[in-house]
Amino acid sequence: MGVGIDVTNLNAWYGTNHTLQDINLHIPANHATALIGPSGCGKSTFVRCLNRMHETNPIARVTGQVKVGDQDIYADAKPVEIRRRIGMVFQRPNPFPTMSIYDNVASGLKLNGYSNRRVLDEIVEKSLKNSALWDEVKDDLRKKSGASLSGGQQQRLCIARALAVDPEVLLMDEPASALDPVSTSKIEDLIFELKSQYTIVIVTHNMQQAARVAEKTGFFLNGRLVEFDETHKIFTNPTDKRTEDYITGRFG
Amino acid sequence: MPLSGNPIRAKIRALTDSAVTGLAILATLLVVAPLVAIFVYLIYKGASSLNLAFFTQIQKPVGESGGGMAHAIVGSAVLLALATVIGVPIGIGGGIYLAEFGRGTKLANAIRFTADVLNGVPSIVMGVAAYALIVGTHIPFLPFTGHFSAFAGGTALGIMMIPTVCRTTEEMLVMVPHAVREAALGLGVPNWRSVLSITVKTASPGIITGCMLAFARVAGETAPLLFTALGNSFWSVDLNQPIAALPLQIYVYALSPYDEWHRLAWAGALVLIVLIVLAVSLVRYVTSRGVLKGAS
Repeated sequence: MGVGIDVTNLNAWYGTNHTLQDINLHIPANHATALIGPSGCGKSTFVRCLNRMHETNPIARVTGQVKVGDQDIYADAKPVEIRRRIGMVFQRPNPFPTMSIYDNVASGLKLNGYSNRRVLDEIVEKSLKNSALWDEVKDDLRKKSGASLSGGQQQRLCIARALAVDPEVLLMDEPASALDPVSTSKIEDLIFELKSQYTIVIVTHNMQQAARVAEKTGFFLNGRLVEFDETHKIFTNPTDKRTEDYITGRFG
Repeated sequence: MPLSGNPIRAKIRALTDSAVTGLAILATLLVVAPLVAIFVYLIYKGASSLNLAFFTQIQKPVGESGGGMAHAIVGSAVLLALATVIGVPIGIGGGIYLAEFGRGTKLANAIRFTADVLNGVPSIVMGVAAYALIVGTHIPFLPFTGHFSAFAGGTALGIMMIPTVCRTTEEMLVMVPHAVREAALGLGVPNWRSVLSITVKTASPGIITGCMLAFARVAGETAPLLFTALGNSFWSVDLNQPIAALPLQIYVYALSPYDEWHRLAWAGALVLIVLIVLAVSLVRYVTSRGVLKGAS
């Protein structure tokens, strides 16, 4: 089951660039939350702070509090453990090119020392079914490389790989922006399915996408969270003038 | 007027296209020509001396006819095995450090610079250095030191492999897309595990090519062996004793005043090249068998 995320006074820097300023918000459990905003507004940095990926860049720095469920991830945890609880799907599909489809899905478990073959088989099948890829790949699980799939299939493979470690939260950083419309709608259907089991945070440039999949939407601008509310409210009756300008296409 | 509408310009473009293609083909032929020439000449000069005795007998005393290079082929195999055991792990380990753990640090820059310098050091200097360090001095508690030995020869060749292996490994690892590393980190895989199981594995075809290049290069080295393995006209696979090697044996045969030995030298050169090609092909075959459909 998913858990909620509480963010308090989160600030992030790349070198001297203050990319996130005083972010406060509550991401509800078992819902999809969309983050929108123009390029460079800090929304990607924000999701990368939620699983401590931000700090893998040597010049990056973070302050503030992020509570995932009851755990303060910056105070009493190791980044590696946090990332097992909080899965991530990236903008460009990034399957491991040397691994088979099966090994890609099992990689999170295998690389963390898990090796029970029977259980792995079950998890791989379940994850691929959850990511709506099973029927397309079940005959080539061990024969084909993850890199041999189409872009949309690769992205669903990456989702299966993230699901296989049984995370509580799934972060998706523009998961469909490199995909064609058919693959995009598959990914969206998938998000719809998955949010009953996981807390989903999705960064997107596509406002229709945010409107379609998310209950809550946050609008970022210049490193600040301008507005965070119910999705229908953001898109029909935003409080802030800047949100209105953005969603009506007056800038960005 | 649009460019495509002018028939003379179109003609010029077509001609330029053929000219550039022609030049590229010519350059390719020039690259391949010396290789083919050497190979053909070696076959012409050496193939006639290849017989069973060549592969089964050792050097005959002066005055007796016949003889072969069996001891040198085995000797080269021993030396190269030793060199690979020393050079490949250290080189790959160094490359991993440079690319993954030490990137941007002063130590890494110093190592990279040293490796590049080492790569450019003439092989005879490497031989002299190995002589001074291992052959000329007896290092306490190290049994193989203090005299000419297969161990000293293998070590000299191994040291020569290190910089090539190290720098190719680094370059191949740096080429692994950042997205692949992030994917591993995003799954909660510890960094060391991600480096060894994901990054190195992804780069492994390139790393293997680098190792094979280094292997092929030292397989033909003569100079460093003159001061270390010394050569041996008798059977020996003892690491503690001087050992024969194909390049050394070719050198001995070629410098002799006997026509028969000259022919053996040619045959030896041919066998050396063929064995290197075989070894490289074998490694390529073995390592490519596990590659999956569509893997990049």
